[in-house]
Amino acid sequence: MNATVDIWDEFTEGIWRQNPVFVMVLGLCPMLAVTVSAVNALTMGLATLFVLVCSSGLVSMMRKLVPKEVRIATYIVIIATFVTVVDYIIQAVSLALYEALGAFIQLIVVNCIILGRAEAHASKNPPIPAMINAVGMSIGFVIGLFALGSVREILGAGTLFGVSLFGSNFQPWVIMVLPPGGFFVLGGWLLFFSWWARRKQRTQAGRTGEGTQHA
Amino acid sequence: MTSASPPTQGSIPVRPVTVVRATGPGGAQPPQKLPTAGMIRTLGLVSAICGVIIVAAYQSTYDAVAANKRIATERAVFKVIPAASSIAEYLALPSGEVALKVGAGETAASAGIRFFAAYDAHGQLAGVAAEGAAKGYADTVRIMFGYSPACQCVVGIGVVAMRETPGIGDKIITDREFLANFNALDVKLNAELSALANEVKAVKHGAKTQAWQIDAIAGATITSRAVGKAINDAAQALLPRLVPRLDALQQRSKS
Amino acid sequence: MTQPLIEIRSAPHVKAAKSVETIMRHVVYSLLPICAFYIFQYGISALASILVVTAACLLTERTLISTGTQAGRLSDFSAVITGLLLALTLPPGFPLWMGAVAGIVAIALGKALFGGIGFNVFNPALVGRAFVQAAFPTAIASYTPSFLAGRFTEFIPSSLALPLMMPATAADWLKAKNLDALAGATPLAKWKFDGVMANADELLTSLSGNMAVGPAPALILLCGAYLALRRFMDWRIPVAILGSAALTAWVLFAIDATRYPNPFFMLFSGGLILGAVYMATDMATSPVTPKGMWVYGALIGLLTVVIRYYSGLPEGVMYAILIANAASPLIEKVTQPTPFGRGAGIGRKRASYPLNPGYISREEASAVTPKKRFLHRKPKK
Repeated sequence: MNATVDIWDEFTEGIWRQNPVFVMVLGLCPMLAVTVSAVNALTMGLATLFVLVCSSGLVSMMRKLVPKEVRIATYIVIIATFVTVVDYIIQAVSLALYEALGAFIQLIVVNCIILGRAEAHASKNPPIPAMINAVGMSIGFVIGLFALGSVREILGAGTLFGVSLFGSNFQPWVIMVLPPGGFFVLGGWLLFFSWWARRKQRTQAGRTGEGTQHA
Repeated sequence: MTSASPPTQGSIPVRPVTVVRATGPGGAQPPQKLPTAGMIRTLGLVSAICGVIIVAAYQSTYDAVAANKRIATERAVFKVIPAASSIAEYLALPSGEVALKVGAGETAASAGIRFFAAYDAHGQLAGVAAEGAAKGYADTVRIMFGYSPACQCVVGIGVVAMRETPGIGDKIITDREFLANFNALDVKLNAELSALANEVKAVKHGAKTQAWQIDAIAGATITSRAVGKAINDAAQALLPRLVPRLDALQQRSKS
Repeated sequence: MTQPLIEIRSAPHVKAAKSVETIMRHVVYSLLPICAFYIFQYGISALASILVVTAACLLTERTLISTGTQAGRLSDFSAVITGLLLALTLPPGFPLWMGAVAGIVAIALGKALFGGIGFNVFNPALVGRAFVQAAFPTAIASYTPSFLAGRFTEFIPSSLALPLMMPATAADWLKAKNLDALAGATPLAKWKFDGVMANADELLTSLSGNMAVGPAPALILLCGAYLALRRFMDWRIPVAILGSAALTAWVLFAIDATRYPNPFFMLFSGGLILGAVYMATDMATSPVTPKGMWVYGALIGLLTVVIRYYSGLPEGVMYAILIANAASPLIEKVTQPTPFGRGAGIGRKRASYPLNPGYISREEASAVTPKKRFLHRKPKK
């Protein structure tokens, strides 16, 4: 009973409470750069998911073997391996996608979410919880990327996953597919989430306040 | 030095740290023993595992990646030479020779100019495609253009890579009026076959008078000019070598 | 109500009854003739553009004030100024929905984000314009000629584009009116891309027909003179901007008169006069020190001419002012006046800000900096 709660908690941590994009604001570089379209965002998210889950699993399996003096070097080697694998896989699946993502696939190596998870979580937990946590984190990252990518694609090109939403006469907002657009949309989402969190807090505080009054 | 006045007291706890730092990386000296053997063993193990994974991934995706690359090139060539159904990659060497490029080796690429001979369904030469590049508004614009030996003109262009402003510079892919320039853009050679008879050049929107001029897109003059320059530079370099040898390319070589 | 006999308070000791609201109201008054002439030039489309942009600014301001994210009141007229100025910098046939986007961005991003009136780093109207310029580069470059027949009964077709939809191109509309498409280019764009230079008197009054120009420079100078005389605006900034732009243009003109246009053309084409008089003088975003104002103005003038000559854009006033806005805290810092009594005798020392112990965190406060210890010991040895 308790174990399932823990597992569930590990899983949801990254999706909501510690969302890497909207709460921890980590991994911004690839996020701002590749979220020009929803497809790019999803591919990037899935690539990160693969790397994060695999590297978390391997790091966690080897956690007792690795002396702490060389742990960062070990983690980086492991992460770089899986990034290379993802790099080949994306090339094999679609060259167009590979070119659209450019150097940012290789740059997953330095994505702080992955090293951060390896250091803070995977190196201290057994493989199964570590991987579940990694899956949750990556899903949170995918959600963040997709939130950015979809808005930027809708405004910047009038399409979603390449499907036209407004007809051929749509006026694209060029700024949205340029780098400033990424900052604007990210700022907008952060504003929205902090507004929501604050509103939730206020209603909760109001409810407990009423409760004490009645008691 | 030893007289402990109030300001120096603050530095006392710092001193042992510096001592450790001085001897720490020196080797496996006291005060603590570094697990050198363990470190080497672990790193070796990790490297071995990672090496195996990478080799496996490379091997298993090699064919798919190569096929993808070939398809991408073919598609780019077919786009600029619609009649084509198969391609062969050649190098135009400085000596004037035209060599069939074999395998993925890049050895001869240093001096030769890469181009693709496109053949139609009957194995007859349908056209030649080559890449050109020039500085655009944001970054280098790389284009692929199709050359038709029959009319000695450029019959189509496609963009290989560019970072031009969306909505302005990238109209070079979509603007029908602009693309109409490349239905028959004149790139005839001069009598000595040493250079183009007329320089290919982008001119202001609405000012095209000659068959070798490109009518620029209004508002995207810089990108249009880059396309003109890319075609001109590439054609100036390639065509003088290629045209005398065209006969050798007429039939698809069985190799 | 008992009036205190002596009022003791710290500087600044403002004597005139000049509140933010008064200043802003007078700026709006001085803008009204310019807007009227602009509407006279371009007709009903210009009127609709001014109304929609200003309404968008006011609505955004109202929403953000009521949610408590922004200081200030709606009645302080600052949002009206932003709206009017923004509308004047946009082409008259700018689609109304894009104008509304510009207005919302101007207030939300240019002003509310920094905390409202007086806290903004950049001129809000220019932030709005910069956004739409980056978002809709084609629409913002399509001007239409002024003084067209029937301008009071008929909208410019691009004005009425549906929200999120592409505006109709002006070329067909102009062709139907027997005008060639080049008539829609601004004098600056004509000079930059086609090498055609407009005449001086045409530029100055904007009275000649069929020319795509913004609001009339002569009228703006007149209204600006009113503001400067009433001390609602500092005269140094516009003078510095125009002076430095004219000087830079003149030097270049003297070097190569065939490549560069004359300084007069530089001054009176495009939005330089409007920018110098109304945009750069925004109190929150320009330096307060007199010397700083000269530096700030000179920077804007220089940047404007440089951007116009050497960049891909025909007009550079907007970016020049935004860059100078960003630089103005720095300009203010290096042009601090010498406090009275701290003058020539001691040497030119600027006002300095000694490190307040309150700024130092607790660990730092107890720590001893090596430099201090070094100095402390050295005499002993």
